[in-house]
Amino acid sequence: MSTLEIKDLHVSIETEQGVRKQILKGVSLTINTGESHAIMGPNGSGKSTLASTIAGHPRYLVDSGSITLDGEDVLDMSVDERARAGLFLAMQYPVEVPGVTMTNFLRTAKTALDGKAPSLRHWTKDVKEAMSQLRIDADFAQRNVNEGFSGGEKKRVEILQLELFKPRFAILDETDSGLDVDALKVVSEGVNREHSKGEMGTLLITHYTRILRYIKPDFVHVFVDGRIAEQGGPELADRLEAEGYDRFGAQSPAPAVTTAGA
Amino acid sequence: MAEATQLDAPASEEKIAIDGFTEEGENLSPFNEGTDQHGAKKHSHGDAPVIPEASRGERLKSYRLADFAPLNGREEDWRFTPLKRLRGLHDQPLTGSGPTVEVSGATNIQVETVGRDDSRIGSASIPDDRVSAAAWEAFTEATVVTIPVETIADRDIQITINGVDEAPAAQHLIITAERFSKAVVVLDHHGKTTLAQNVEIVVGDGAELTVVSVQEWDDDAVHTSTQQAKIGRNAKFKHVVISLGGDLVRMTPSSLFTGPGSEVEMYGLYFADAGQHLEQRLLVDHAVPNCKSRVTYKGALQGQDAHTVWVGDVLIRKEAEGTDTYETNRNLLLTDGTRSDSVPNLEIETGLIEGAGHASATGRFDDEHLFYLMARGIDEKTARRLVVRGFLNEVIQQIKVPALEERLTDAVERELAAGNI
Repeated sequence: MSTLEIKDLHVSIETEQGVRKQILKGVSLTINTGESHAIMGPNGSGKSTLASTIAGHPRYLVDSGSITLDGEDVLDMSVDERARAGLFLAMQYPVEVPGVTMTNFLRTAKTALDGKAPSLRHWTKDVKEAMSQLRIDADFAQRNVNEGFSGGEKKRVEILQLELFKPRFAILDETDSGLDVDALKVVSEGVNREHSKGEMGTLLITHYTRILRYIKPDFVHVFVDGRIAEQGGPELADRLEAEGYDRFGAQSPAPAVTTAGA
Repeated sequence: MAEATQLDAPASEEKIAIDGFTEEGENLSPFNEGTDQHGAKKHSHGDAPVIPEASRGERLKSYRLADFAPLNGREEDWRFTPLKRLRGLHDQPLTGSGPTVEVSGATNIQVETVGRDDSRIGSASIPDDRVSAAAWEAFTEATVVTIPVETIADRDIQITINGVDEAPAAQHLIITAERFSKAVVVLDHHGKTTLAQNVEIVVGDGAELTVVSVQEWDDDAVHTSTQQAKIGRNAKFKHVVISLGGDLVRMTPSSLFTGPGSEVEMYGLYFADAGQHLEQRLLVDHAVPNCKSRVTYKGALQGQDAHTVWVGDVLIRKEAEGTDTYETNRNLLLTDGTRSDSVPNLEIETGLIEGAGHASATGRFDDEHLFYLMARGIDEKTARRLVVRGFLNEVIQQIKVPALEERLTDAVERELAAGNI
C-alpha cells in the first residue's frame, strides 16, 4: 500500500499584476491506494490549485506545508519525476501538442514511466483495447495529441492514459465537466476499471455531484476558500446534491458560492 | 519577359468575385495602407530606410551585372542580409573554381556539362538581384540535367555539390523536366564554400518534378542560390528547401506559371544555431489563369544571434483569374537571443480568384506543452525534442523520398543534440 500525504499546504499564485495571492490556506489530506476521495467545492475554492500543485505546475508556488508519497518529498521532485513516482493528473484542459501523434506520445510516456520500452505486441493490443473500451476511434492513434479533439474526446484520452499508465495515485481535475451523460458513463467506467484493481488511490475533483453517481467515493471533502470546510463519507455528497454549497457561505467570502445550485 | 504586355491586357467587364476586392485587387482604405494586411501595398518592416519598390513584378531583371547598383544593404531585398558576411559575393570577382558537381542515381536521364554558349542557358531564369547577376556573368560551364520527354526517371536523381575551398565562386545548373516526364532531383550541398549559384528549372507541359535543395554545409560556408522554375501547362512542381548548415545561406526560389492548370508546392525547413543566418525569399508568380500554389516554410532557432528570414512574395497578376494560393510560415524560437523575421507579401491584381491567403506565426516554445508532456513522465529534454521534431516533421514528411526523410530526421536530431535541447 502507498500513501499520499498532504500536510498544512499553503499555495499562492502570482497574478498578472505581479501580486502574490494565496489560494490554499492550509490543506491536509491523506489518501491510500485503494481509496477513493472526492473533493468538492464551489468555483474558486482552490480545488484545481491543489491538483496542479500535486502535479508540480510551475505557476503554483508552495509557501509552506508538505506533500509526501510514502515519505518521499514530492515537492522536491520535478514534474516528470512526480509522474514517474506514480502520480497522474487528468487535466481539466488538456493542451494540444502539434506534430506529436498520440501513438508516439503514448509510447514515449510509457517508456519514460516504466524505464523501458513496452513490448510492442502487448502494447499495441493494450492501446487498442483501452481505446475501444473508451469508445475512442482507432484513427485517433495517428492524430496529433489532442489536436482538433472535442472537449469530451480530450477527457476520454486523459482516462485512456490513466488506464495505460497505471499510476499509484490518479488526480482527476474536473474530468466530468463538459461531458454529456453518455461520455460521463464511459469515462467513469474507465476510472472504475482501474480503481477496482485496488492498486490506485483516486482523488476526484469536481464541482458537481453527478459524477459521484458513477464513481462512488469512500471519502468526501468540501473545499471552501482554500481550506477543507467539511469531511465525511459518501452521504456528504448526497447532502450537497440536495442543499448545494450555500450553507458554507458563511465561511466563504467568495461570491462564487452562488453558483452552487447547478 | 512578357509582363509588360500582360499588365496592359484589356480589362474585362466588371465582375467581382470576392468581398472587398475589385478587379484591381484588394480595396485598401487609406487608413490601413502599409499595415500587415495583405494587399496591393508593400509591407514595410525593419528600421533602416528601404528603397521602395512599387510591385514585386516590377523588380529589375537582367543578365548584366552592370545593370544592378552596388549593394548598400538598404535595398528591399537585401535589408535583412548581413552583407559583410557575404565574403565578397556581392563586390568581388567570382573567380574561384567552386564546388564539384556529381550527378548520380537515375540511368534513363541525360547529364551534360556545357559552355556558356549553350542554347539552353537562360531558358528558365533571369537574375533579379545583383549577386545572381554576378554569378551569371562569372560561370564558365554549366551542368545540365534533362529528363527526356515522357520519361519517368528510374531512380531519384542525386546532384552532389561538394565545396572544397572558400574562394568566391559562381555555379550554374539547369534541370529540365521535358513534357510528361516525372522525376525527383535532390541537390545536396556539403563542404566549405563561398558560392553564388543559379539553378534554372524547366517544368514542361504535363511534367511532374520535385526538386529538393539540401544545405548541409560546413559551419563557415556562405551560399546564395537563386532557383527559378518556369512551369508549363498542367504541370506539377514541388520545391523543397532544407537549410541546416552554413554561416550564411540565402535561398531565393521562385515559381513562374506560364501555362494554365498547374500546381506548385513549395516547402522549406530551416534550423538556425547560434550565429547562423538562414534566409529564404521566395516568389510565386501567378501570371496565367487557373493555377494553384501552396507554400509552407517552417523554422526552428536556437542560440545567441541565430537569425532566420522568410519573405514570401505571391503575385497574382491581372490575367491570373481562378488562382488559388496560400502561404504559411511558422517559426519556433527555442532559446533567447534568436531573431526571426517573417514577411508574407500578397499582391493581387485581380479579384476573380478562387482564394488567396497567408499566415505567419513566430512563437516561443510553449511551457504548457512542456508541462503536459512532463506530467506524463517524459523528461524535459525529451519533451522539447518531441515537440520540435513534431513541428519540423510536417515539412520532412512532404519530401516523399524515404532515404532523404530518414537522413533529415537524423540531421534535425543532431541539431537538437548540438543545441543541448
